[in-house]
Amino acid sequence: MEPTVSFFSGFAPKDLLFLGEAALRTMWISVLSISIGTLLGVVFGWILYEGKWAAALTVAPILDIFRSVPLIIQLVLFYNFAPIVGLNLDPFASGVVILTIYTASLVANVARGGIEAVEPPMRRAARSLGMSYWQDLRHVVLPIGGRAVFPAWVGVALGVMKDSALVSVLGYVELLKASQILITRTQEPFLILSIAGAFYFALSYPISRYAASLERKWAQ
Amino acid sequence: MIEIHDLHKYFGSLHVLKGINLNVEKGEVLSVIGASGSGKSTLLYCINGLEPVQQSNAVVDGTDVHAKGTDINKLRQQLGMVFQQWNSFPHLTALENVALAPKIVKGKSKAEAREIAAQQLKHVGLGEKLDVYPSALSGGQQQRLAIARALAMEPEYMLFDEATSALDPELVGEVLETMRMLAEEGMTMICVTHEMGFARDVSDRVAFFHQGVMEEIGPPEQIFGNPQSEHTQKFLANVR
Repeated sequence: MEPTVSFFSGFAPKDLLFLGEAALRTMWISVLSISIGTLLGVVFGWILYEGKWAAALTVAPILDIFRSVPLIIQLVLFYNFAPIVGLNLDPFASGVVILTIYTASLVANVARGGIEAVEPPMRRAARSLGMSYWQDLRHVVLPIGGRAVFPAWVGVALGVMKDSALVSVLGYVELLKASQILITRTQEPFLILSIAGAFYFALSYPISRYAASLERKWAQ
Repeated sequence: MIEIHDLHKYFGSLHVLKGINLNVEKGEVLSVIGASGSGKSTLLYCINGLEPVQQSNAVVDGTDVHAKGTDINKLRQQLGMVFQQWNSFPHLTALENVALAPKIVKGKSKAEAREIAAQQLKHVGLGEKLDVYPSALSGGQQQRLAIARALAMEPEYMLFDEATSALDPELVGEVLETMRMLAEEGMTMICVTHEMGFARDVSDRVAFFHQGVMEEIGPPEQIFGNPQSEHTQKFLANVR
């Protein structure tokens, strides 16, 4: 008689390790995309602020597209069409590229708001001390405007971190994809999704707490 | 010396300054009075290049402010400016507010910049407030902070643009006192002001502006005691 083949097996402690590793991948892809995306977004925000109509005709519509089209569509389109133009990117790299652009498109408007938050008289005062345009931007606009829009930026960062789950559709084994794999094997979706949720929470909560404590410090 | 020759300034089609001629000598205190919208503040903005001009010759110590080759950031170090709104940098302590420009603009070391800042804050009577953030200072203290911030660049001239207009009445005195002290120390000052008492007591000369024209200029005794222009007479009758 043939031995019984078991397709399903229960949740084992080593699966927790598997999820933990996946959580690290979620963190990694998020940290990369959010930091590069934020830097790009600040540059785009500055272009939107300074560029006037030229920016309104060029950068603004492109950012609008990335802000408005659902991320999952962007990911699938990019992953499948990039090879046509000779870009052979693995799921991780594709995810980073799209999440970065997506972050940049959201941060651009936050950054523009930050620059606008610094009133012209403040900037004139800085310039009257002999500061150059760039010194004013770096030492006055960045710290003052940055603090004004920091809560909005934290919102974007946490959102992108959670949205990174969509990279699972490309086959990158981050937290959500890892959960799906385990669910298929264990047939215990409730348990596993709860654990995955807890991991996402564990990634976000320290950021929110840290942000809140920074805001308290600045408010003094 | 500040030399202004036939200065014209337009905002769009609005002719704000209509051919101003004015010389301010080293060590002189000039008060500029006149109704709102007469172009007084704009004149200050044109002197330190914060506003472009359409036709002019504003020359500071031999340097044409609006000439193409002029290093305006360098020139502005000679021209300290204090605004109606004090514009303290909210993220920096009083000491850091004052030390910032000497450090990044003049390239002073951190220790040197802090020393200059502490000295200037003591100078304006804020020696006790070095590590306080502007939000914990009164309007008058913030305006004195702004004066210290401008002085830290060791300017040759100080331009005051209605430095007391945004203050609560009980805080005006301390700022005027600081300005008076600077005048006594020999600082060259152009003060756009609505404080007639200050203009009369502290200035060497007073200029009266009316609709973009400098109608009258002379010693305070003349402007306040025996004004020649009809507009000056009317203005002074109204503010008294």
